[in-house]
Amino acid sequence: MTAKRRGAQLGMLAFAVLIVMGAYASVGLGINGKIPSGMLGYGLGLGGLMLAAYLVLAKWAPWADPLLLPLVTLVNGIGLVMIYRIEQSGQAGASATTQLMWTALGVVMFSATLIVLKDHRALQRLTYTAGFVGVVLMAIPALLPGSLSEVQGAKIWIRIGGFSIQPGEFAKLALVVFFAGYLVAKRDVLALAGRRLLFIDLPRARDLGPVLITWAFAIATLVLEKDLGTSLLLFGAFIAMLYIATQRTSWVLIGILLFVGGAFLAGQIFSHVEARFNVWLHAEDPALYDAGGGSYQLMQGMFAMGSGGILGTGLGQGYPRLIPLSFSDFIFTATGEELGLTGLMAILIVYALIVERGLRTSLTARDPFTKLLAGGLSFILAWQIFIIVGGVTRLIPLTGLVTPFMSAGGSALLANWMLIALLVRMSDAARRPPPQAIQDEGLTQVMQR
Amino acid sequence: MNSTLKRVSVACLLMFGLLMANVTYIGAVKADGLRTDSRNVRGFYARYAIDRGWITADNGKTTLAKTVDTGDKTFRFEREYPLGKPFTHVVGWFAPESASGIEAAMNRYLDGSHPDLVVRRAIDLVSGKPAKGASVDLTLNSKAQEIAYKDLAGTGKRGAVVALEPKTGKILAMVSVPSYDPNPLAKVDKAAVNKAYNKLNKDDNKPLLNRAINLTFAPGSTFKTVTSAAYLSDDTSRDENTQVDAPDSLPLPGTNISLPNYHGESCGGRATLLQALTISCNTPFAIMGMDVGYDKLKEQAEKFGVGQPLKIPMEVSPSDIGPDEGKAALAKTAIGQQSNQMTPLQMAMVAAGIANQGTVMKPYLVNKIMGPDGAEIEGTDPEELDEAVTPEVAGELTKMMIGVIEHGTGGAARLPDITVAGKTGTAETLPGKPSHAWFISFAPVDNPKVAVAVFVESGSAGNDATGGAVAAPIAHDVMQAVLGR
Repeated sequence: MTAKRRGAQLGMLAFAVLIVMGAYASVGLGINGKIPSGMLGYGLGLGGLMLAAYLVLAKWAPWADPLLLPLVTLVNGIGLVMIYRIEQSGQAGASATTQLMWTALGVVMFSATLIVLKDHRALQRLTYTAGFVGVVLMAIPALLPGSLSEVQGAKIWIRIGGFSIQPGEFAKLALVVFFAGYLVAKRDVLALAGRRLLFIDLPRARDLGPVLITWAFAIATLVLEKDLGTSLLLFGAFIAMLYIATQRTSWVLIGILLFVGGAFLAGQIFSHVEARFNVWLHAEDPALYDAGGGSYQLMQGMFAMGSGGILGTGLGQGYPRLIPLSFSDFIFTATGEELGLTGLMAILIVYALIVERGLRTSLTARDPFTKLLAGGLSFILAWQIFIIVGGVTRLIPLTGLVTPFMSAGGSALLANWMLIALLVRMSDAARRPPPQAIQDEGLTQVMQR
Repeated sequence: MNSTLKRVSVACLLMFGLLMANVTYIGAVKADGLRTDSRNVRGFYARYAIDRGWITADNGKTTLAKTVDTGDKTFRFEREYPLGKPFTHVVGWFAPESASGIEAAMNRYLDGSHPDLVVRRAIDLVSGKPAKGASVDLTLNSKAQEIAYKDLAGTGKRGAVVALEPKTGKILAMVSVPSYDPNPLAKVDKAAVNKAYNKLNKDDNKPLLNRAINLTFAPGSTFKTVTSAAYLSDDTSRDENTQVDAPDSLPLPGTNISLPNYHGESCGGRATLLQALTISCNTPFAIMGMDVGYDKLKEQAEKFGVGQPLKIPMEVSPSDIGPDEGKAALAKTAIGQQSNQMTPLQMAMVAAGIANQGTVMKPYLVNKIMGPDGAEIEGTDPEELDEAVTPEVAGELTKMMIGVIEHGTGGAARLPDITVAGKTGTAETLPGKPSHAWFISFAPVDNPKVAVAVFVESGSAGNDATGGAVAAPIAHDVMQAVLGR
């Protein structure tokens, strides 16, 4: 029988807040030898928020995984500290106050999700609603005029007044819910084998429909919104969930072939995809480095991490403002300069643990929908981290995505806190002991021969 | 579904594994290449993130280089040289991509990266303060340095002055003319610095060179002190009153040319060593050189420091009396001509060695290194370089050099109530070209406090420029400044 481990959770939460406070103080000491004046308010703010999140969790999801909240608190806090540090370096656009406000709203969303959604299986009934919402959210920026939706070449925003939302981040959640509900219903059909080619069982041709539709949707995202990252993210998550549901490797291969083919064709037609590829392969080439839209930003990130080396320069002692948008897509590299390889490894391990807790929830869940939803949400989180961190570290071509919980940006914080709330809700269900029988029926049913 | 979920979990693990491997590759393997990439401006910025130690003179009382906290986020600490030109060749400058002089030679102390400072640095690291370097106090006597520069620059000619403390080897003054203001080279604007540097680099007068240590010149008659030292040391029965041949003209063996005395003057056929040096006859010293031979002359020169590798802490170009090219060449080498090439510092070491009873001290510029709190971290202990001559020979040479000041060519260096010893030099360069003017001296004779070499370069000096007329007055002022008169 699983224990609630609430004491351990509270202890770890306090520890996470303490680490973040230490980092915050270290930024101030690194910059001008003084502990930042707002330290107390900041610490109380973050500590209070997390205590509130903990109390909500303790009341509405007492059996939840005890690690998720402290781990997320830690990366969110480190992200806040880095944004504060980048703001101090004078790079325009970074605002720790705004990010703290969004973190607070994220915790509100987390709590609201836990309070409202008593049983996540209710979502299964909303499968097609979620699909519709996801598609609409994705489509809005593409349909809006550029002046209301385009920022730095990516048409992925809704900008109203001084306010901007990245609907793709919420669409991500809605679509994973849709995929889970849809695949649970259709998985038996999709798992039916057609012809066998070499060692692979190909699906039947008439079952290709949903895959082709999702693929067309992903390519449309790429073409209409110039957003390779989100396109790759959603399609990859769909294929992974399709594989989990049907146990057919052929779906994975078909998915990869379709996407690579589609991206290749798009690359032939739209220069920005091919440019991304070139930048990835030849980032150090001086001509590309100097070219507009070339490898300058990518190389600045690499220089930052290289200068950080193994131990880093220490918080407040690097040059994050040399990396364009260091508070957004490139926050991982800015962190690498000041916290070094050591710090980056720690952050990656924290991320990996969050994903691991999600996958564990999926494995222990009792019904297919929960399994698929938890697995899908965990995978999409890992996949997003892989795409953006791999992109800024030149492991794969760079496609702009948010670094979950670290990058500046409200939509992503809200959506990801909701994602964690869903995982918490499902882990609560998975870990909750089954109802105990009131009577010991075993004895009464023994038949005497 | 659990079997596929487990495979997806492995895929996730693999993704994180790849990210970690790649991050490790960047942070541990590629880091050095990325850090030193010329497009990575951090190395450049880092130069200005350190509260660089100051460079001082006169036991810390005079500031030669200081660090100014501008409060700027990128270029927080900038370098300034309040006394400018007279000190440029010693102090050097700290430019965006290079450095010179003490700034370069003592860089690891000044920026705090030297292993000796590691404990202090660790404290800074823990307390989060910006790194602070150690200060370097120089042996320079700022008054002597200023007057040497003023006098030499006042002649409108190129040259160098070096003053040493004979008993320790402390460099009290080191001036090279023409000089330049180091401040424009210490600005953070790379383009402007490069422009200023290129202008100096193209200047025909080569102001960037430190003539005191990085160029060698024919020493002329000042070298007769070395020849005399070799001759006196060769036979202990000889002294300053030993009679030597002093013909008006000396036919050089194996050639059909003769060596005359300066301006064709007569030295009377025979003369004592004292008389010969006092009026600087050429022929007797040429004969003495041939008499002791190339090997002994070279050995004597080496004992004064010639040809020995030397760092003060800047690297000093080695002096050289030239190769063995036969008797005729040796005769000229003995009077400081032919291929005989000395740095002004080397000639100051000759004077200082004679002053210090024959013992040459290793010259040095760094008096002590002080931590950011002003406490001394390291002091320099005087070191013997070599014993050039015995105290007896040194005494005899001193008497001969007093003669030069009292009765001979070096009258301009006389000081009231203080006995000065010295030697003038007027070195021919190329036929038809003006001569180099030299002067070496030390004072007071009974308790030497300062030894000086003054050099005024050919081509700028005019035909009548002799060591006695051009160089000796400068030595006079420098000695006076050191002795506090």
